[in-house]
Amino acid sequence: MTYLFSHWRLIGVLTLQHLGLVFAALGIALAIALPLGVFAARVPRASGLLLGALGALYAIPSLALLAVLVRSFGLGAAPVIVVLATYAQFILVRNIAAALRAVPRAQLDAARGIGMSSRQQFWRVELPLASPVMIGGLRLATVALIAIATLGGYVGAGGLGSEIFFGLQRRYLEQTLAGSIPAALLAIAADAAFRGLERMATRRTTG
Amino acid sequence: MNWPDFWQHVATYLELAAAALAGGIVAGIPLGILASHLNFARSPILLAANLGRVIPSLAVLTFMLPLFGVGLAPAVAALGLLAIPPIVINADLGFRAVPATAVDAARGLGMTNAQIFRQVEWPLAFPILFTGVRTAAIEVIASAVLAAFIGAGGLGEYITEGLQANIPRLLFLGAGTIAAIALAAEFGFGFAQRRLEVKT
Amino acid sequence: MWRRSLSISVSVGFDSVVARYPQADRNAVDGVSFEIPAGSFTVLLGPSGCGKSTLLRTVNRLVTPTSGTVTVGGRDIASIEPTALRRATGYVIQAVGLFAHMTVAQNIAVVPQLLHWDRERIEKRTDELLDLVGLDPQRYRLRFPRELSGGEQQRVGVARAIAAEPQVLLMDEPFGAVDAIARRSLQDEMLRIVRALQTTILFVTHDVEEALHLADRIAVMRDGKLLQYAAPEEMLRAPASPYIAQLFAVNDDLRRYDELRNALSRRA
Repeated sequence: MTYLFSHWRLIGVLTLQHLGLVFAALGIALAIALPLGVFAARVPRASGLLLGALGALYAIPSLALLAVLVRSFGLGAAPVIVVLATYAQFILVRNIAAALRAVPRAQLDAARGIGMSSRQQFWRVELPLASPVMIGGLRLATVALIAIATLGGYVGAGGLGSEIFFGLQRRYLEQTLAGSIPAALLAIAADAAFRGLERMATRRTTG
Repeated sequence: MNWPDFWQHVATYLELAAAALAGGIVAGIPLGILASHLNFARSPILLAANLGRVIPSLAVLTFMLPLFGVGLAPAVAALGLLAIPPIVINADLGFRAVPATAVDAARGLGMTNAQIFRQVEWPLAFPILFTGVRTAAIEVIASAVLAAFIGAGGLGEYITEGLQANIPRLLFLGAGTIAAIALAAEFGFGFAQRRLEVKT
Repeated sequence: MWRRSLSISVSVGFDSVVARYPQADRNAVDGVSFEIPAGSFTVLLGPSGCGKSTLLRTVNRLVTPTSGTVTVGGRDIASIEPTALRRATGYVIQAVGLFAHMTVAQNIAVVPQLLHWDRERIEKRTDELLDLVGLDPQRYRLRFPRELSGGEQQRVGVARAIAAEPQVLLMDEPFGAVDAIARRSLQDEMLRIVRALQTTILFVTHDVEEALHLADRIAVMRDGKLLQYAAPEEMLRAPASPYIAQLFAVNDDLRRYDELRNALSRRA
């Protein structure tokens, strides 16, 4: 533990870097997953195929995909962000589709009944009502990405993983744990924070 | 290309994953049954299981190093630990989803507790429990790649060697084989699960 | 075995039966005593929470009385192994409780299997029962409960309960979940069947109409206590309390209203 405490400044920087990787990837992933999720919710027949394909991609171990991408993107943050965004797709699309499908029909009918355009229906009624389940998806995705992002340390993208791998290379356990313990805590904290958001959103939508 | 070496890596990889999954099943199912049947045991067990699902698998692998040193032992222990949470969570879900009316009817018809468990609760809970085993298997197979980092060998070694020494052939061999095994497991378990769902 | 020592139908007796659930602030069944003659069809009638289901469940020891004794065929059931008692007692519940992972035939065969009948006898009995409850064995034997309508499920539920020829049949609002239109005909048909068995039947309902329609004898319960146990005619003629008089009077009003409405609709 002495290593961790004497290098707290470094660990802090690496934690921020780690979060940077995760949220950059999450932003990109969300921009792709939202339209895909809406599509999957609207076209049930295509959703099975789409989710099956994304699920297959998700089943491939991330290190394998990362290793292949390093060949084309080179070392650094780029291949890691691509891998993270790819893995987030399955979780996000599945949850967005499920969330939209669970929105009560009656409230959509009511929205149409009072004269909302379909765009207004989506942004003002459907999306807010679906938000608790969607936030649940964001939670799962964030936790998964924090875990996968530790591999970034292996391909020169920084983050808490770099301490883990430097430690492993040098057979210096303290340094390894100085990466893995904060990574575990970060995942736990992210999980708790999103659960809090989920509860808030649930309270707002079931008022 | 060294084929005996390749098969050795595949064997190590599969053995690692299978041993860990078996351990996860043996520990996870009783814990899930406990959680679903005993109210006071439920929250601590599920809390621990949720924590286990949140902590990154690479972190769990490194946490085993102080206990077991490097090599195969910490890898099996860590992967086994990673397999437990999804099985516990789904076993609990499965058993709590068994309709109380079915259990009441079974008792009323004169089944003993053991008969109720074996003939009614277990078969009704099994499809959901199996989903947990499937999730655990996929996770263990993914994390078994990482075991190479702590000296446990297996297919992950092709990736680490391929990246370090910049040998693309080795890297693609490792990544491709791992992906093939993962997909085979995903579809195999998916197929088995659909068979189960048709039956109940 | 215990069941061989009994005749086809047996009496059921309650002697100062008290039942209280853990953590409850009052008795669910509060000192009930009466004797149900062998072969009778007795309806336990009362509002929800009056203790009628709890009383029913003491008969197959799903509920153990806090005090008092329940007898079947004159024998204190506390001395009978619960599983043996239950296998000799039919049990039909509102939720039906068919086992979703078993076929119709397997559901019906549960008790015979528990009693270790041989396979041939079980198969023969299963088909016989399916015929009896009006489901074609060829078509229904291998179906799963989720492929059946509510009414069909309850037919299977009844067949399962009477499979091993129980001397006592317990029915807890068995037609409560069936929609109103199908209920009456299902009721009539199931009753014809179970009456033909000549077993002693205890039937729980909160529906006065249903009670009058079915019962040889009605036991009215309220707040865990038995208010009156008598034949329907006697209960209408000489209700033991104002509550009972009111219970059946409201029903009278309803019946008059129904008749009036029917007459009007016929005219229109």
